[in-house]
Amino acid sequence: MYKRKIIASGIIMMLGVPLSAIAADSAEIQQIRKEIEALKQGYEARIQALEQRLKNTELAASSAENHAVHAETAASQMAALPAPGTPTDSANAFNPAVSLILSGLYSNHSLDPAAYQLTGFHLPSAVMGDLQPQRGFSLAESELGIYASIDPMFFGGLNFAIHPDNTVSTEEAFIQTTGLQQGLTVKAGRFFSGIGYLNEQHAHVWDFVDAPLAYQAFLGGQFNNDGLQVRWLAPTDTYLEIGAEVGRGANYPGTGRDKNGAGASALFAHLGGDVGISNSWRAGVSLLTTAPQDREWDDTNPEGTAVTNAFSGNSKLWMADAVWKWAPNGNAYNTNFKLQGEYLRRVEDGSLVYDLNGVAGPGSYSATQSGWYLQGVYQFAPYWRAGLRTERLDSGSADYGVNNAFLSRLVYRPARQSLMLDYNPSEFSRIRLQFARDKSAQGATDNQIFLQYQMSLGAHGAHKY
Amino acid sequence: MFNRLSKFIAVSILLAFAAPAGAAFNILACEPEWGALTQELGGDKVSVYNATNAFQDPHHIQAKPSLLARARNADMLVCTGSQLEIGWLPVLLRQSGNPKIQPGQPGNFEAARFVRMLEVPTRLDRADGDVHPGGNPHIQTDPRNIALVAAGLAKQLAQADPANAAWYQSRYQDFSARWQIALARWEKEAATLKDMPIVVQHKGFPYLEAWLGLKQVATLEPKPGVEPSSSHLAEVLERLQHQPARMVLRAAYNDGRSSDWLAERGKIPAVVLPFTVGGSEQAKDLFGLFDDTLQRLLAAAK
Repeated sequence: MYKRKIIASGIIMMLGVPLSAIAADSAEIQQIRKEIEALKQGYEARIQALEQRLKNTELAASSAENHAVHAETAASQMAALPAPGTPTDSANAFNPAVSLILSGLYSNHSLDPAAYQLTGFHLPSAVMGDLQPQRGFSLAESELGIYASIDPMFFGGLNFAIHPDNTVSTEEAFIQTTGLQQGLTVKAGRFFSGIGYLNEQHAHVWDFVDAPLAYQAFLGGQFNNDGLQVRWLAPTDTYLEIGAEVGRGANYPGTGRDKNGAGASALFAHLGGDVGISNSWRAGVSLLTTAPQDREWDDTNPEGTAVTNAFSGNSKLWMADAVWKWAPNGNAYNTNFKLQGEYLRRVEDGSLVYDLNGVAGPGSYSATQSGWYLQGVYQFAPYWRAGLRTERLDSGSADYGVNNAFLSRLVYRPARQSLMLDYNPSEFSRIRLQFARDKSAQGATDNQIFLQYQMSLGAHGAHKY
Repeated sequence: MFNRLSKFIAVSILLAFAAPAGAAFNILACEPEWGALTQELGGDKVSVYNATNAFQDPHHIQAKPSLLARARNADMLVCTGSQLEIGWLPVLLRQSGNPKIQPGQPGNFEAARFVRMLEVPTRLDRADGDVHPGGNPHIQTDPRNIALVAAGLAKQLAQADPANAAWYQSRYQDFSARWQIALARWEKEAATLKDMPIVVQHKGFPYLEAWLGLKQVATLEPKPGVEPSSSHLAEVLERLQHQPARMVLRAAYNDGRSSDWLAERGKIPAVVLPFTVGGSEQAKDLFGLFDDTLQRLLAAAK
């Protein structure tokens, strides 16, 4: 096409040559042509400029659209951004977490509680006094717990038990490290020993109104110790925890002693895991070693006279515990089941002083005694649980050496069965009804009925497994 | 017997040291939605363990031994916060002996810090039921919140595991781009749900309602955490006569009896929403979670 144009313009030019006569006119035509050219170029330039502007406008429009879309999503996200200056929540910023446990009890015993005893087991009278139940309406222990982080390294707090007779005892007052390296935790102060399963749990989380007979006979209900505890959590996917404690050992089964070293030491190991998503379990073994000095108990000799005897020596308590929890899909809200059992075995040997306040006859002493309990609690509907506990003690064999003639060696197996039903409208309130057939004292059966409330207010305590 | 015990301890210690140390960054996620999010951002550089599943009520979890072991070995903890886990997480933190996951450390991630909380109570009284002081903690039902948490999590992952910071950043960019596209698609699909009146079993959906413009007309629980009683259910049914609702929603972990009762009497569909990853067949990841949620809502709205 370009060639043709050239040829065409060439022909025109050639035609234009013989028309030199109208040279003056062709000059005009040339000028007109130039003007047309100029006009054409001018218009072309303007068209190009317009096209460019159009292109720019289109680009601007599309980018404006993009911005609009971004702005929309940004605006909808703004609705979700945190409001500036929203205060963070914590369990009372800088103030400790304070919680109060309120508990009351109505109990009905067919036997006189003053005659309460565990036949074949020699507990100091003070301990028996604590364990002795009360008839009728009574206020049970109120507990005040105050806990907080002390600083990035430590956590601590205490639990006061306020007894209905207006005395206060410190159940726990301890500090512990948080996030020490290598899965280690160190605890110091007064605390419930980590032996067994139930020992570390406060009474207000128990599934029954009272402690198992085995705990009463061998630990005086629950054993707490002033001392030091180290726990190590193994870096495995299966839960394995090993702990060791040293302490004063002033509480039964130990006694207060004037000694530079430790009066009690404990060693325990726990293993735990999951079976599927519905089941979890924990099992453990523990050993509590104490060295009581002049641990007294009241007894009657074969003539029927009341005598006080004292034991000094070594006491080793072995414990094995296991707990199994089931909940459908791991959701414990509607139904769940918990099976729990412990076996305790105590070996004691040392010396015995018979009739401390009278004859004061010395002799040797060795005894092996054991006990166990097994309980199952089933939540059959939201808020409602039922539980059954069966337990037995074996007073085993006791050898009083020279004093065998003066002290009766009863071989008796205290036993008890308990049935409970509780109503928990929330995690903070509980009302429980419990029936029990108690054969702790030889020759008599105590039928017991309990009605109890256990409630907590204040900070939400996170409970152990 | 003591010999046996000491042998057992010795063997356990040996086993503990012989156990192979994982090269991946160990994440303990309190809830499966954060586990899924961390998986998206971490890829194969993280090893995620979910402490709970979609069929468990996150308020009623116990600090069981398997969780304690996982907390001890975790490099990072990813949880909702806002006291949702107050019944069990403090025990895990205290008993784990793990300094990396303690509050304030880069290994302790609290998702609720990155979003605007709804239903912050004006008074704190247990008479009002199970209220959370920081506001409603079920933030995962709004995908815009997921985007905000993802941004915060990507940054904190880079802080806790600096060796892989660039990896987390690039995976976050990729996730964020895909999430924005999906978000635009969901908003378009859900346009018909705006202003729809609904009944909920537990007040677990305020963020979903805020996003989609749903109007909550009644709750089956008379107070948060209190089981629906028959008198309250009758009251709700009565209210629906004057203020009709289109459907009754519950989460996968909620018990269905009261929802089904109301659905039958009120002639409205009972919808089970997955609520979190794993709550249904389709909700295998975060994208599937919202795909399935919207699909169920739209199917019931027909």
